[in-house]
Amino acid sequence: MSLPIAPKPAHRRFHQARWDEPVIFELSTPGERGVLVTAVEPGVRDAVGDVVASLPEGLARRTPPALPEMGQMRVLKHYLRLSQENLGADLNVDVGQGTCTMKYAPKVNEQLITTPKLSAMHPLQDPADAQGALEIIWRTERMLAEISGMDEVSLHTQGGSAAIWANIAMIRAYHEANGEGAQRREVITTIFSHPSNAAAAKAAGYDVITLHPDADGYPDLAALKRALSPRTAAIMVTNPEDTGIYNPAIREWVDAAHAVGALASYDQANANGILGITRARDAGFDVCHFNVHKTFGTPHGSGGPGTGANGVSAALAPFLPGPRVVRDGDRYSVHEGGPQSIGAIGPCHGVVPNIVRAYAWMMALGAEGLRAVAETAVLNNNYLMKRILEIPGASAPYATGRRRIEQVRYSWQELFEETGISSEEIGIRASDFGMHYWTSHHPYVVPQPFTLEPTESYSKAELDEYADVLAEVAREARETPEVVRTAPHSQSVHHTHHDDLDDPERWAITWRAYRRKYPDAVGA
Amino acid sequence: MIGLIVNPIAGIGGPAGLAGSDGADVQRRAGERGARPRAAERAVAALAVVAASRPDEHVVTAAGPMGEDAVRAAGLRPIVVWHQRSPTSPSDTTDAARALADVGVDLVLFAGGDGTARDVAAGLPASTAALGIPAGVKMYSPAFAVGPSAAGALAAAWLDERALPTAEREVLDVDEEQLRRARVEPRLYGTLRVPYRAGRTQARKAATPADEQAAVRLAARGAATRLRPGIRYLLGPGGTMAEVARELGVEKTPLGVDVVLDGRVVVAGASEQELLAEVAQGPARAVVSIIGGQGFLLGRGNQQLSARVVEAIGDDPVMVVAPEQKLIDLAGRPLLVDTGDAGVDARLAGFAQVVTGPSTTSIYPVHAPEIEGAVHAP
Ligand SMILES: Cc1ncc(COP(=O)(O)O)c(C=O)c1O
Repeated sequence: MSLPIAPKPAHRRFHQARWDEPVIFELSTPGERGVLVTAVEPGVRDAVGDVVASLPEGLARRTPPALPEMGQMRVLKHYLRLSQENLGADLNVDVGQGTCTMKYAPKVNEQLITTPKLSAMHPLQDPADAQGALEIIWRTERMLAEISGMDEVSLHTQGGSAAIWANIAMIRAYHEANGEGAQRREVITTIFSHPSNAAAAKAAGYDVITLHPDADGYPDLAALKRALSPRTAAIMVTNPEDTGIYNPAIREWVDAAHAVGALASYDQANANGILGITRARDAGFDVCHFNVHKTFGTPHGSGGPGTGANGVSAALAPFLPGPRVVRDGDRYSVHEGGPQSIGAIGPCHGVVPNIVRAYAWMMALGAEGLRAVAETAVLNNNYLMKRILEIPGASAPYATGRRRIEQVRYSWQELFEETGISSEEIGIRASDFGMHYWTSHHPYVVPQPFTLEPTESYSKAELDEYADVLAEVAREARETPEVVRTAPHSQSVHHTHHDDLDDPERWAITWRAYRRKYPDAVGA
Repeated sequence: MIGLIVNPIAGIGGPAGLAGSDGADVQRRAGERGARPRAAERAVAALAVVAASRPDEHVVTAAGPMGEDAVRAAGLRPIVVWHQRSPTSPSDTTDAARALADVGVDLVLFAGGDGTARDVAAGLPASTAALGIPAGVKMYSPAFAVGPSAAGALAAAWLDERALPTAEREVLDVDEEQLRRARVEPRLYGTLRVPYRAGRTQARKAATPADEQAAVRLAARGAATRLRPGIRYLLGPGGTMAEVARELGVEKTPLGVDVVLDGRVVVAGASEQELLAEVAQGPARAVVSIIGGQGFLLGRGNQQLSARVVEAIGDDPVMVVAPEQKLIDLAGRPLLVDTGDAGVDARLAGFAQVVTGPSTTSIYPVHAPEIEGAVHAP
């Protein structure tokens, strides 16, 4: 009997698809084609001649590219199968990838960007024919200027780290323009600021000074004062930090930096909890950036393309990357960067489809809506924190007992000491329930970490489901640890071996490299 | 292949309030106070984790209470390669460790405390890894897992993955006679190669140094690039300083303080007097790492770098060198100085700028536990 429908058990009986799908290169059958390209018509050939002959010697390939040869249907099946073998943001309760702001990116916005009015545009098209797209870029920049309080904003960069790079590149150019480039050789950051800040500063040639939290778990103002000197070029801080802790003395931090002639750079990649509540410029920051693909409702694209927004004070505006969209009356034009601009960091105007999505998202919400996003995200986070801290063995180190903004970096250290089950193993087991879960990025400060960021998108029911799964896995860690240790049990892939990724001799990130390094595995 | 050594009397003095378990007299008094050694229980708890995934595993061990009994109790199969003398003595542990290594054990689990770690280190060749199952009274050495289950999980991973990365960790011990008189001065006795699991993530956002040793090398390189000609550097003991010496291409005494000037060792294994004599000859600076898990910079394991030496060096007397992870492992506890001179301690307290790499430093608080008011001075 199949009716009435059987009630569902407390925990979802998820099972991931497993297709054992080969690598696409292994599916190649010589001679198979997906599309038969029509031969060039004689009239066209007569008119343009042999275009290949005019290619510069260095650009012409001697052998055709070794692309897989496949029929269309097999290609489609290949990618659909792969798409079933992952836990996408639109499938699972994706709050486990903290610091990434995995919110819902409305599907209606996909319609806007697939219209030929946008998708058929070329970035080098005459601005006179691109007024609509340029206006959207300009308006989006102005809205972000309003949100951050900064004077100017550029949407030129294609990701958060690229935007952080732009920040330090502008700071370096600013000090050089003031004749202080040689003197200011140090950048100060905190250990819970996103590591791209330290990395970008290092790549820009700076010595990096890292500050550890104070005894209460807050960014340590006394340590900052110890580190600041006439050698300081900038402080580069994330706030709220990757722990979800908001620096209550942020204004003093900026003032202390300014007091020694340094600039203050604000990483607001995850601004989800502060929209309409705090503004970078109001705290005195000189430069800041947003990850548009986090806070502003555009998908992450699985590592890109994202979009970064760089906001600057008027003093730093001449250094913004170019090109820039400029409004003149009701017309929009494109200006290459001025003499002090740090130049192009990526091509043209950045990732225009993301800019259009973000524009649509902000316009749909309006100012009150943006603030409601922040309030809901913070409420959701503090609700989830309460649920998580009720699970024996889970804790939220630093600033203990205080509320967090939009995310929390938790710890399973107690559970680990008791059971030997690590956070990584808990995450793998959580995937058996259809939940994605991630630990922490470098450096591993919180022991046995996990980072949850529920955003405004999730309902109480879904947050409860997530917390229930973690409570269940923690119970298993105590009562049936082997179930956790041998997980996953219902996934496409059992375990991946990270050691292969740590060793340049072993990793193979292209098919060509794989064939070279593992000739026996692929045959001749 | 893994091995197990249980120090049958480890931990016996702790619950009895005897500050350690060394010495036949203490062991007898502890027995009289009803104390029961917990090392065996802890070893069984660790091996139970191995047994859960590998029920047929063989464990190479010493006879009876020194391991065999625990292996059996955990349901695994002992291979006994050492029989202890009666009654047991520290050299039993050392000889057993050597015997385990001789038959090809590549990871020795030992249940005990600092004294056991010290005896194991004395017997093991550098190529054999070791991991402590915490069961002692004193555990200053960062060679112990956080708990028995965690030790067992590491051992199981070691077997599954046929070895894990290892890092050189200091073996520290305090003289228990001192401890019983409430004066704690751990000394450095050597190092052990301890396995660890790199902080793995399913979705990495940034590369981590592939192993701890690489991070130590980076910190050491940072120190080496900061050395200037004409200055005498007093290199303290420990693994990080050994790496600094390697960077400089000079010999280093593992437990001593060596004076380096213009790329050459001018005094090896210097005493306090010799250090004072060197400092008197020109500008000098002490270079130290963090000793053990307690966070000591000065006053533990490097007592030659005394208050008088620090005083004689003058301004900015100490360069601290450590991989960031060592600071992180302090879990927010401050670095510590205890030179025995309140004035010197007060001057060193506040913050240290710790060299973590060629272009990186970290600011970290330094406390002087022996004096009040020197905590977190700006
Ligand atoms: C606080 C913070 N800053 C910067 C970044 C880097 O952004 P992206 O991944 O787009 O380079 C991230 C992303 O994780 C972040 O969380």
